[in-house]
Parts: sequence; structure tokens; C-alpha cells
Amino acid sequence: MTRYAGNVAAIRALVRDQEVHRDVYVSEEVFQLEMEHMFPNSWVYVGHDSQVPNPGDYFGTTIGTQPVLLVRHTDGTVKVLHNRCPHKGTRITSETCGNAGKFFRCPYHAWSFRTDGSLLAIPLKKGYENTGFEQSHAASGMAPVRHVRNYRGFVFAKINDGGLDFEEFFGESLSSFDNMIDRSPVGQLKVAGGVLRYMHNCNWKMLVENQTDTCHPMVAHESSAGTVVEVWKKAPPGTKKPMAVEIIAPFMSPYEFFENMGIRIWDNGHGHTGVHHSIHSDYSAVPGYFEKMTAAYGEDRAKAILGENRHNTVYFPNIMIKGPIQLLRHFKPIAANKTLVESWTFQLVDAPDMLLERTLMYNRLINAPTSIVGHDDLEMYERAQEGLHSNGNEWVNLQRLYSPDEAGQTNVAVNGTSEWPMRHQFRAWTKFMTMGM
Amino acid sequence: MSMLAEAPLKNATPTDQELIDFVVREARLIDQQRFDEWLDLYANDAFYWMPLEWNQTDPRLTCSLMYEDKLLLSIRVERLKGARTFSQKPKSRCHHVLQTPQVDSRDPTANSYVTWTPMHYIETRMDEQTLFAAWATHHLSVENGRLKIKLKRVDLINCDAAFGNIQLFM
Ligand code: FES
Ligand SMILES: [Fe+2]
Repeated sequence: MTRYAGNVAAIRALVRDQEVHRDVYVSEEVFQLEMEHMFPNSWVYVGHDSQVPNPGDYFGTTIGTQPVLLVRHTDGTVKVLHNRCPHKGTRITSETCGNAGKFFRCPYHAWSFRTDGSLLAIPLKKGYENTGFEQSHAASGMAPVRHVRNYRGFVFAKINDGGLDFEEFFGESLSSFDNMIDRSPVGQLKVAGGVLRYMHNCNWKMLVENQTDTCHPMVAHESSAGTVVEVWKKAPPGTKKPMAVEIIAPFMSPYEFFENMGIRIWDNGHGHTGVHHSIHSDYSAVPGYFEKMTAAYGEDRAKAILGENRHNTVYFPNIMIKGPIQLLRHFKPIAANKTLVESWTFQLVDAPDMLLERTLMYNRLINAPTSIVGHDDLEMYERAQEGLHSNGNEWVNLQRLYSPDEAGQTNVAVNGTSEWPMRHQFRAWTKFMTMGM
Repeated sequence: MSMLAEAPLKNATPTDQELIDFVVREARLIDQQRFDEWLDLYANDAFYWMPLEWNQTDPRLTCSLMYEDKLLLSIRVERLKGARTFSQKPKSRCHHVLQTPQVDSRDPTANSYVTWTPMHYIETRMDEQTLFAAWATHHLSVENGRLKIKLKRVDLINCDAAFGNIQLFM
């Protein structure tokens, strides 16, 4: 039964000012439409160019559910190709990342392609003479994603030709990337430390919303962060606070802390928590780091860069970054009720190793399938995914601190516990779902 | 009951059998959810390490699934008891099947003993039952006449796979 395909009014009706219909989380049809429209109309994160440093290097990932390859072309530029052989559809690479050499070779019938996707050679080429092959889709090789933008190492792609250009789509929100990258004395990041992969039996949007949900930590994380605080209280006075306690304990901060930290709203579903301070504000100094930053930027600028403590920046549709600790989480949709979460960490080039060590510890303690903080969240998402099947109420409430004049406002900083960012994500959701439909 | 009680070593140097019994006992304490006794098997400066990468050598600048000192381990144990630990309502249970531990090295002068134990570990919660295959490496030493774990390293055969929650200890 199709209810939503081609039905702009029905899709719009899923999102109200203060609530959204459960079908945005549970309907397989809505999920398919997100993959057909919403993701292709958006600038979606693909990967970081340090994952493909040399010509021929590739990294396989997805835009929505479509397999793509991030490739370093022979001319040094970064391309995004649909990871599909134009012959019979075979996925070209067998491993997630590697080096193709000068060309890709399909493992099925050995058609080969340059690293920009163009067709290089076909065995027994004669068999295609006088067949009109030149006019076929296949003759143009592996289809490139046409709209690709490398922003200071972070590669985004947009599959559809319509929609917004890169600057229009991101606008001022790129300042969070800038701050994360400027934390390196040479203004450069490198993927480092390995990627944590965590399977969630819930809708991908629950994870995105949770990044600006500041009313849950002190409740859901009482089990993990609360226990840390309790256990730490028993340490003999004068004991040096371990890095792990510095990382986990702030999750138990009171409502006030989160109210005062503020949330900023940008256009198109983007925004960040932690306008004034965040759970990352009180980490102890890393020896030698500030000196390096001062030498590189001058003291005032160094202070300004490190004084930003944005907590979570959401880039619609499906990533979140933590600038102060150089971490990026990618919420990869698999099905309406299934999401792969990849947590990537970055090294600040030319900064002390201890910063990467802290980032990795954060990732391990918060985002791992073996963490404890992550368990708290996943339990809630999975309960919500089940609970939404109740017919008792078809609507999810996103009303907290709603104000009727908020739609259309941008670059405002509001109370840190507002659900405005979630309402704002859903306004963007409707916009990119129905764009060109 | 003899295998269950934490008996002091008969001599200053543990026998192979004593090392083996120790490893088996550790798994049993986890399976029986006797986590406080289990924690006592760890030296104060011990680490529990579960690498994220195949043949990982660096727990500091490469991410791990777990790399926990005794403080973090004790936090986990406390958390499992918590009234508001929602991901443990209902509780998980687990089950180890060990191959006989092999003594890889014994160095009484350095007070260092290493065993290697291939195992299957099953964790269940509600209707879900998940099987993991792993190798456990125990680095042990003798403290006050008893064996203690200095490092337990658990290498999952699919360490880099995407998992759901893994809640207990392998
Ligand atoms: S499917 Fe790729 S060459 Fe035939
Ligand atoms: Fe959370």
C-alpha cells in the first residue's frame, strides 16, 4: 500500500509545528522516499580526504543507502563515484578501502575504469562494434556523483542536480568545521585511530535528534555518568581526576547547566548545542598545546579558537561533529528500523598525541557497542522504535519552548533545552523530501 | 567447591594447572555474575583490553572496544547493580565455553605468566542471544601468594564488525 509516494500533501502532513507523525520513524515507505528524495537532494557527508591520500586510493561508503566510492584521482582531485559496474551492476571493490592503482577493474568481466570513473577498456571490445554501444549508459563508465565539494578535507556530495548549492545549504554552519580544523596549529586534520561501528535497531533520525536533546543526559545516563560520579566521590581526597572521569562525569550536569549552555539554529536543519560552554569545557590542559597554538595563530586568536566549546553540531541530514574533541558521527540509514552508527576520530596535525588519546577515550567510553553511556541511549531508541507501534497516540511531541514565530528565524541562540533544533530538522526534512517531487 | 574458592597458591611459583584453574575460575565468576569476586582477581594496576583492530598493538592512539583500568571496571560493576540502569532491565546473562587454556610463557623471575584461551562467549538479553568467538590472553602475576590479572586481552574474531550492545564481560 502506498500512502506517501508522489503525495506531497501527505508528506507535509507528517510534520506539524509542534509534533511529528510516527510514520517518519516506522514507515518503510517513508524511509524509501527519504532515500529517493531527501538524501539525493541534500549535501551528504562522504568521507575525509585523508582517507584517500594517494592517487588510486579509495574508500567505500553510502549516501543514504546508495553505495559510493570516494576516490583520489590521478590528477590529485577527489571524486565520488557510484560504486556499481556499468555492465551488470557488480560492486567494483571488494574491500572498504584500498588502492586501485591506475584504474579500477571489475572482478566479473574485467571492464576497467579510470579513477574518475570513465571507461578505459573492455576485453573482446570487437563484440560491441556496430551495436550502438557508444550511446549506451555503460559506455560512459562508472557514473560519478556530479556535485562534490571538498571543504577543508571534508567531502560532501549531492546526487541530484536540483536543490541548493553547497554554500546555500550549509551557510554559517561551516563555522563548526572551521573551529574543529583550526584547532590544529597547521589547520589540518587527519582521520586517525580507527572507526567504531555500532548497530542500532532504530530509525536514523532518533540519533540525529538526540544530538540536541539536552533533557535526557541526567536521566538516561544516571546509570553510567551517575555511577562514575558516585564511585569517584569515594576516591581518597587529593587523587588526581582521571581523564575518564573528566569525560563522563559532565553528562550528569544539572538542567541548569544545559539550559544555560544554549543552542544555535542555522538554516536547513543545521545547528549546535553549547553556545556558551559545554561538557567539553573543563578538560584539563594538554601540556605544550596552547604554546603551539599561540605560536601558530597569536595568543588572541588561539584563545578564541580554544574558547569555543560547541558540544554537538548537527549537519542535516545525518552527521554530528564534536569540534572540541575532533569526532564525527555518521548515522547511516539501513532501514526504517535499522541504523549503522560510525564514529570517526581525527588527529590534529602537529598537535600533541594526548589530544588524540583523549578523543579515542571519549569515543570508546561514549560511542562504542561496549561502552556504557552508549548503552543508555540505544536502550531508549529501541524502546521508542517499539513503543511507536502503539495506536494509543500516533504523534511524537516536540513542543518544548515552542514559539509560533520561530519558523524562518535563523542564526539565533536559544535556551539550551529547547526542542527548536528538532522542529527545525523536521522543517528541513519536509523541504528536502518534497523538493522536486 | 575447591575450584570455586580462591585458594592461595601451594608454592611461590604457580603450576600450569594453577594457571589454568585460575583462568577457568575467572570465566565462571562472570557467568555466575559474581562480579565483586571477579573484580578481586584484578591487580590494582590491571587493564582489561578488547582491541577494535585485528592484531592491534597500541591501545592509546588506536581506538579499542574496551581499554579499562580497575576504576572503570568497578564503575561497570556498580552500574550493573543500579536501580536506573535501564539497559539492564531485564538483565543480560552470559555463558563462556573455553578451550583448555594454554600456558604460553612462564617467567618466575619477572613474576609473569601468560595464558592463551580460545573461547566462545554467548550474551543474552530478552529474546536475543548473540554468539562471539574470541581468544583471551591473560597476563598474570603472583601477589601475596595469589594470582592476579595484570592484563586480560580479549581478541574477537570479528573485532571490527558492527555490534549492538555488548553489556557484560568476555
Ligand atoms: S559486471 Fe562488471 S565487467 Fe561485467
Ligand atoms: Fe545520551
